[in-house]
Amino acid sequence: MKKLVSVVLILAMVLSLTACGSKADNNEKASSLKVGLICLHDENSTYDLNFINAFTEACANYGISEENYIIKTNIPEDNGCYEAAAELVDEGCDIVFSDSFGHQSYMLQAAKEFTDVLFSSATGVNAHTADLDNYVNAFASIYEGRYLAGVAAGMKLNEMIEAGTITADQAKMGYVGAYTYAEVISGYTSFYLGAKSVCPSVTMEVTFTGSWYDETAEKEGAEMLIKNGCVLISQHADSLGAPTACENNNVPNVSYNGSTIKAGPNTFIVSSRINWAPYYEYVFKAVEAGEKVDVDWTGTLATGSVELTDVNADVAAEGTEDAMKTALDGLKDGSVHVFDTANFTVGGETLTTYLADVDDMGDFVPETEAIADGYFHESEYRSAPYFDIQIDGITLLNTQF
Amino acid sequence: MNSKTPLIHITKRSDIPVGRAILIRVIAIAAALLLCGFLTTLLTGLNPIEVYASMIRGSFGTSRKLWNLLQNMAMLLCVALALAPAFRMRFWNLGGDGQALMGCLAASACMILIGDKVSNTALIIIESVAALAAGAIWALIPAIFKAKWNTNETLFTLMMNYVATQIVAFFIIIWESPKGSGNIGVINQHTEAGWFPSIGSNKYLLNVLIVIALTLIIFFYMRYTKHGYEISVVGESERTARYIGIKVHKVIIRTMLLSGAICGLAGLLLGPGTNHTLATGIIDGRGFTAVMVAWLAKFDPLVMIITSFLLVFLQRGSNEIATAFMLNKSFGDILTGIILFFIIGSDFFINYQLHFRKSGRKEAK
Repeated sequence: MKKLVSVVLILAMVLSLTACGSKADNNEKASSLKVGLICLHDENSTYDLNFINAFTEACANYGISEENYIIKTNIPEDNGCYEAAAELVDEGCDIVFSDSFGHQSYMLQAAKEFTDVLFSSATGVNAHTADLDNYVNAFASIYEGRYLAGVAAGMKLNEMIEAGTITADQAKMGYVGAYTYAEVISGYTSFYLGAKSVCPSVTMEVTFTGSWYDETAEKEGAEMLIKNGCVLISQHADSLGAPTACENNNVPNVSYNGSTIKAGPNTFIVSSRINWAPYYEYVFKAVEAGEKVDVDWTGTLATGSVELTDVNADVAAEGTEDAMKTALDGLKDGSVHVFDTANFTVGGETLTTYLADVDDMGDFVPETEAIADGYFHESEYRSAPYFDIQIDGITLLNTQF
Repeated sequence: MNSKTPLIHITKRSDIPVGRAILIRVIAIAAALLLCGFLTTLLTGLNPIEVYASMIRGSFGTSRKLWNLLQNMAMLLCVALALAPAFRMRFWNLGGDGQALMGCLAASACMILIGDKVSNTALIIIESVAALAAGAIWALIPAIFKAKWNTNETLFTLMMNYVATQIVAFFIIIWESPKGSGNIGVINQHTEAGWFPSIGSNKYLLNVLIVIALTLIIFFYMRYTKHGYEISVVGESERTARYIGIKVHKVIIRTMLLSGAICGLAGLLLGPGTNHTLATGIIDGRGFTAVMVAWLAKFDPLVMIITSFLLVFLQRGSNEIATAFMLNKSFGDILTGIILFFIIGSDFFINYQLHFRKSGRKEAK
């Protein structure tokens, strides 16, 4: 009982100390938009940094002042995401964005509850089947960016072959992936096909870490690939693990999510990234005007959503920019398709038909024919990637994730 | 006092007046808040009063936040209620996290595997039984080792947490959706099979009511039943217990089964009851936070309501600070850490007394 009394008094004290000044913030939601962003990690992750930068840039461009946007970092892919979304609604946000795939079911849950607020789950796949007015997904045709980055990698391999450092058969690249999930498979395959378009003898080994952000695992994965004889590394995981391993071992690196030249000044070649700013501005405009936001928006080279950083001339092979320009023009005018069935085989055969699981109802039943006109139509039937084919020339070292 | 007396020496207090105990606590909290305010201004340049105000808003700002507070209190209290009987017996069950996680795993397994095969009522009953049993089994293993071979239960229960985490990680890879994403997502999102029903429109009320009932039951169990008495005696002295004919092994195993089952209940309420998912982090360290809840309340279930409120209030507050001022969430954690440090520290001054050599008079800070 003594304890009870003392604890009650303590609480009374805490409350009375702080009870003043809590009623000031009711007049904020009057005119302009208030928006929130939920991030899986914080600025130390290249992936989340890419979102945060685009978000702040888009807010600045659109005239949303600093007190009218909120960024919540380190939000896990569980009920914490729903809580974070609900808190942002409490703070008066009109739009809530999330940045990681695993956030989507919790964003959907929040959307069902808070029908006045628009929820956008980037990289998600469930909006086009959820059929809610206030829940949307978005992605970009980043496989095209990966392909162009792959061209830069292939040019580097050609340079090594010409210089006699490696033979054509030794042109083996390494790739550190997070999960064996379509987004990653589509990414490394397009990267490989880009390299193969200029260096036909290229092969690639892929290792998975089982996490979107695990600096140690990514670094060790890259080092293992280098020991296996990979002469160039790229990655789809969000720490600086792989670029750092490349710099330490003086192996060229093609990066992702933005330039990692600071971590690898002597090894960084180029990086592809999704620029989310055009999407954010598009959503801001639509919501402010009361228009419907595209349920499943796909950013492209044309919308400015797929970008490549500056090429690091100190590391890249001569002629890299020209080769990338040629490939870019081909992608733009439709003469080049990344997943052209003439350019890859599966089990030695050319693919003529493939059913992809586009309508993700949790049933894993593929239902959509994705190959037509001689190429695999990626990011057309839904924004998030669904290319999940194991093609020849790429070896997966571990697939438990 | 002669010159050989150390500068400070510490003695255990036999008793302390209520007023003095309260004063010590109040001073501790005030000092903690002052230090927090000082640090906040120093590190962020924000007005500390505003930071405290937003801490309050974190728990009481809106009705949703209030419900959130109640839900989190209920969940934390549930785990603390599980630990209290074991602690009273001096069995240091640090495996609350793992036991709750196994409960959540068992319930999720039912939802995933037989979600579309049985009626919803049957599913809820089956998953509840499975969760309680899984938690109980996870606690039973270290209990048997303790009773039979007198192994160290602190380490054993602690290690069982990591085993549970890895088992759950394994099943997440098996049940992940979509394949390769490392994530289960919301289980049965379309059918809502196995989800606990909401009372009215409130999804947390059921959890809160269950935990209130449980609190009363455990209070009664520990204070007025023969089992409760046996637990106290074993906790005071195993030899005495044996002397008066209590079967110590039986009490240990029985109490740990209870402790584990209640942890399993916490996992059940967190999984099918609230979050509808399975993740390695779903228990969110409550097995450890609950140790503090139980300890601060001296294992009294009714006082634990207040201590769990205090801890959840601090957590919600630090979360709110992170949102409102766009600080990294770690900053809120720092403030919570400071306040807890002072609260726990004040216990020292309540239980012990400092004597200084020169002054010769008794000092209690």
